[in-house]
Amino acid sequence: MRKLTRESWINSSLVLLLALAPLCASLLDEPYYVNLASRVVIIAMAAVGLNLALGFGGLISFGHAAFFGLGGYVAGVAAYHAFDGSYFIGVIPGSDQMPVIWLVAVLVAGLAATFIGVISLRTQGVYFIMITLAFAQMIYYFAISFPTYGGEDGLSIYVRNSLFSLDTSDPLIFFGICFFSLMLSIFVTRRIMGSRFGAALTMARLNDIRLATSGVEPFPIRLTTFVLSAMITSGAGALFADLNGFVSPSMLSWHHSGELMVIVILGGVGRLFGPVAGAVVFVLLETFIGGFTQHWQFFLGLILLSVVLFANGGLIGLLAGRPRHD
Amino acid sequence: MMLKVSQIETYYGPSQALFGVDLSVDTGELVALMGRNGMGKSTTIRSICRLTPAKRGHIVFDGQDLAGLRSFQAARLGIGLVPEGRRCFASLTVQENLIATARPGVWDYTKVVSLFPRLGERAGQMADTLSGGEQQMLAIGRALMTNPKLLILDEATEGLAPVIRQEIWAAIRRLKDAGQSLLVVDKTLSELLPIADACVILEKGRSVWTGRPSALSGDLRDQYLGV
Repeated sequence: MRKLTRESWINSSLVLLLALAPLCASLLDEPYYVNLASRVVIIAMAAVGLNLALGFGGLISFGHAAFFGLGGYVAGVAAYHAFDGSYFIGVIPGSDQMPVIWLVAVLVAGLAATFIGVISLRTQGVYFIMITLAFAQMIYYFAISFPTYGGEDGLSIYVRNSLFSLDTSDPLIFFGICFFSLMLSIFVTRRIMGSRFGAALTMARLNDIRLATSGVEPFPIRLTTFVLSAMITSGAGALFADLNGFVSPSMLSWHHSGELMVIVILGGVGRLFGPVAGAVVFVLLETFIGGFTQHWQFFLGLILLSVVLFANGGLIGLLAGRPRHD
Repeated sequence: MMLKVSQIETYYGPSQALFGVDLSVDTGELVALMGRNGMGKSTTIRSICRLTPAKRGHIVFDGQDLAGLRSFQAARLGIGLVPEGRRCFASLTVQENLIATARPGVWDYTKVVSLFPRLGERAGQMADTLSGGEQQMLAIGRALMTNPKLLILDEATEGLAPVIRQEIWAAIRRLKDAGQSLLVVDKTLSELLPIADACVILEKGRSVWTGRPSALSGDLRDQYLGV
């Protein structure tokens, strides 16, 4: 039997904790904490998406909030049209079915990421960061200036969208949906990175010239990664809109892109469960220290500084050491 | 003719590095590219691989002019490069290094591992945990897995322990015997010349002598190779 690495133990413990915490909260009749766990899981999923591009692909995207927000808006707009029986651009009916919404969210984000990626991936370093930020801000201002869907005020989702015959309004069931989605996104990331494509992506990150001299063009590998990463993040966005029953342009803002980056760095760049660890710490700090002071980000800054200075593998790196193959 | 390089001139920014290099490699031939340090051997290789494209002159590979191609396109035509300095991908395993960029052909994982059995023993090990010699074997193996028509080795035995160097030379001899076309840059002339079919000497960015190894006189060695 294969011996589990320390990182595997840490990852398993993290998953177990994340799964058990809302169960305990539900038994204690504390739905607030179940919803808090759902928030952690959804934000972790968005960061898993970013981690694929940033951590594994070395693509420092400062515009992933665009995909998170697009996923949210797809859920919001679909629910809006389903609620009042109207049609999107006069022809497409709304839907309150999660699978339909997720599919559309992922496709819309995929198309947007293809367009953004084709342009931005021709640059590198700070230019790539700035172009992804610029595109995200363009989408942000577009959402603000679109009064049909709430403009700056955002859009309410009056009834949580449905999934088969499940009671999605039950916090624990909704948590289960989010948890399953997070695990699926981690599984997909793991499969990608365990494939030849994943190895080629690592090569493109480490030395794209050396990769090219082996006959592999780095650009399509990076573009595919960027698109897949955006798709995962958009799925999280759709769930986030359902969790809050609300979608607003703030989901698209650069602050949110920054938060996702902080979560990935905090948890461990390029570590499979790094975004999960980062999201747990981030949301708990925001909730509990944020309850005492509105300057909770000062403490987040201190933790981030310590992690960057003393544990460049993030929290997972600090606990599990250098990454290694199972 | 598999590779024909005609009067190439290559620049690094405003600095001219090559002033007219000619060389050719026939199918199944091993050509030794020689010269002292800084004479343009690596730049010639970079030009052939389209990493630093030549501004003037022509490079024709397998009947196709390489002008305008990008490095990955040149590699896809069948130019395999083992760059100077054991360039492996450190955070990937040996197996991942080998299979990630593999293309179909006679060279597959099993065949590469039979050429370098140490790689098979260390298949799951990270590349940066290998010794220098093993990393060089991995670099050669990775290039072979792309099934190149022409394999270019740039200082493949430099800085290695004598025992490991012997293993690498044995592998190069096996490749030549198997009919692999090779362009080799190496300072160990005692190993290189006996297996070379032709030699090209570079001096200050120009090819100054081309011929069979047997015609390489002591005077030429003194004048251009400093040995």
